[in-house]
Amino acid sequence: MDFDLSEEQALLKQSVDRLVADHYGFERRKSYAASPEGWSREMWRRYAELGLLGLPFAERDGGFGGGPVETMIVMEAMGRALALEPYLASVVLAGGVLRLAGSDAQRSAIVPPLVAGETILAFAHAERQARYDLADVATRARRDGTDFVLEGEKSLVLHGDSADRLVVSARLAGERRDPAGIALFLVDAKAKGVSRRPYPTQDGLRAAEISLASVAVGADSMLGEPGAALPLIERVVDEAIAALAAEAVGAMTALTDMTVEYLKTRRQFGVAIGSFQALQHRAADMLIALEQARSMTLFATMMATEPDAAERRRAISAAKVQLGRSARFVAQQATQLHGGIGMTMEYQAGHYMKRLTMIDLTFGDADHHLRTLARAGGLFA
Amino acid sequence: MDLRFTPEEIAFRDEVRAFLKQSLPEPLRRKMVEGLHPSKDDLVGWQRILNAKGWAVPHWPVEWGGTGWSPVQQYIFQDELQQAPAPPPLPFGVSMVGPVIIAFGSEAQKRRFLPRIANLDDWWCQGFSEPGSGSDLASLKTAAKREGEHYVVNGQKIWTTLAQHADWIFCLVRTDGQVKKQEGITFLLIDMKTPGITVRPIVTIDGGAEVNEVFFDDVKVPVENRVGAENKGWDYAKFLLGNERTGIARVGLSKERIRRIKQLAAVEQANGRPILEDERFREKLAALEVELKALEMTQLRVVAAERSRDRNKPDPYSSILKIKGAEIQQATTELMLEIVGPYAMPFRAEDEIEGANEPPVGPDWAATVAPTYFNWRKISIYGGSNEIQRNIIAKAILGL
Repeated sequence: MDFDLSEEQALLKQSVDRLVADHYGFERRKSYAASPEGWSREMWRRYAELGLLGLPFAERDGGFGGGPVETMIVMEAMGRALALEPYLASVVLAGGVLRLAGSDAQRSAIVPPLVAGETILAFAHAERQARYDLADVATRARRDGTDFVLEGEKSLVLHGDSADRLVVSARLAGERRDPAGIALFLVDAKAKGVSRRPYPTQDGLRAAEISLASVAVGADSMLGEPGAALPLIERVVDEAIAALAAEAVGAMTALTDMTVEYLKTRRQFGVAIGSFQALQHRAADMLIALEQARSMTLFATMMATEPDAAERRRAISAAKVQLGRSARFVAQQATQLHGGIGMTMEYQAGHYMKRLTMIDLTFGDADHHLRTLARAGGLFA
Repeated sequence: MDLRFTPEEIAFRDEVRAFLKQSLPEPLRRKMVEGLHPSKDDLVGWQRILNAKGWAVPHWPVEWGGTGWSPVQQYIFQDELQQAPAPPPLPFGVSMVGPVIIAFGSEAQKRRFLPRIANLDDWWCQGFSEPGSGSDLASLKTAAKREGEHYVVNGQKIWTTLAQHADWIFCLVRTDGQVKKQEGITFLLIDMKTPGITVRPIVTIDGGAEVNEVFFDDVKVPVENRVGAENKGWDYAKFLLGNERTGIARVGLSKERIRRIKQLAAVEQANGRPILEDERFREKLAALEVELKALEMTQLRVVAAERSRDRNKPDPYSSILKIKGAEIQQATTELMLEIVGPYAMPFRAEDEIEGANEPPVGPDWAATVAPTYFNWRKISIYGGSNEIQRNIIAKAILGL
């Protein structure tokens, strides 16, 4: 057992931390958020230069052969910065599908421009009725000779508005919630029949509702085995949950630091308010919640690539329970301890609360994963 | 970074498991599972089995009987011991006064006391708390006045665990009342057979006889039984309490309790089906398992950090272990209470349970459930209450 980062990982952490420290101050973030796309192409170029966009991909595909630990390092820094770019959507989610199931031809066509920052991907999987059920896919893929025609509505597609290509799930066979019968397709976001309704999310990120009206795709656009996509989707979502956990830890760390600093500087009744025990104990409880979340993020990172899917899902669910609960708690305490200033749009604390709240609601909230874990028999057999 | 145990660590775990399976007496293991208190003979016998194996004091330096294990191996050993479940080694000797003597004691004290601690030839108890000095421990008043080659001790200690069996007590005493309260405290080792010592039991709410009051009336203690320097006792006490907190998470014990809960909840029924099938109960249990897994990872992070840390200074992160460990252990007792339901009610004294002629009322494991729930409220109180731990976190980690 070894908790230390390797030399390369420590170096990566150093450069990512420096990148966001230098270029992702809160004022900068406001200007990125106010741009038409809602994120910074300039930052995206810097991520590409640093090799972050190719981190999880194999070296033979033009990537850097990193694993969950490398993703954790990047996502934690992005969480601290409240980064707005489509790293999760493009590299972790859609990129994850491509990495795990893409054919040689698909990978060699898409990975290099993705790594270079020229192509943005998004993962168009969720649907209005599905909530957190990953098997709930109503979108249909009809065979048309050797090709396919996609028909359906995709919802809450993270960064679906800026994506050049979409990884779309659709049903080849079976009923709406059947585990079998789902396939994944790589679809040009500008293809005939694809229409997108973009909108901002509560945390300042972007998403889109995407309609697929008789979208024709070739047989070579299918990712992985026809009808057997669910295990792959689950695997990629599990990796994304581990990544989100790291992002949440980054955000909670920054928010806790910021709150403690506020307690030391804000004066009332002639003293720093951090001298009051009632507030000290809230701050101590924030730290405990943060450290428990950090521990479960390490656990999730370790288990994200576990080949035994049932074991992996239990671990990931457990981590998401802890993350959801810690995130809710830390954000609420931070807002309370800041008082009025924490309620304002101009101050960063509230923005951390918004992102943390949305992370809890992404890919299943704490209660959803608690139910999943309980039904699977818990962690200790 | 690789958070899995290495093949060597797994082999070590298996070795510990095999030893426990072979050497932990089954009647003693049953007692632990049932929530009964091991007797003095049980504890002495078990400590001597460990000592014969060379595993009595693994965390001590090798020259005093330590094993030289890595921090991870130490953790695995503790974890397996607690999961077996074996009785926890009596902490007062091996985890409290032993390390203090090793770090601050004289050569003569080391030679005299350490081997006898490892073999539990001497049963130690802890004389820290006083009626007026609980959380504010440094305000303690028990006085030691120097007279020639002796200190003469007068005062009272309280909450002294298992003092009724003790051969020795280590005490914090006041040797200077004119300075800042932390700077006038001395650490003394006192033979319980010395004239002037009286032990009076305190019966706890569960009916248990764990704790005592200890009175000192002109008790003569040779100066050679002082640890370290006069008036430096507070430093040694802080060192000791920091050590106490890392062991206090008791992750392995909570794992064992959770397995026990699952086993019993699969049998006991509510509304015509096993309690374990009740979704609300299962979710409550799963939430506790998540907390425990997180605590285990946090504990391992603290263990891993030990390599790069001054081991003579307590890690303030151990306060997190104390708080969460206490909350989780207490939560297991509440789940047990929920499973047993109304059959928590009949009261039986512990000696009645063990030597019973009549069958129990309700399930045969019911009698200890409520007493354990009552008794384990102590966990968030002793060793620096959870509120004191929050003060430590606020001060030592957050800088408030």
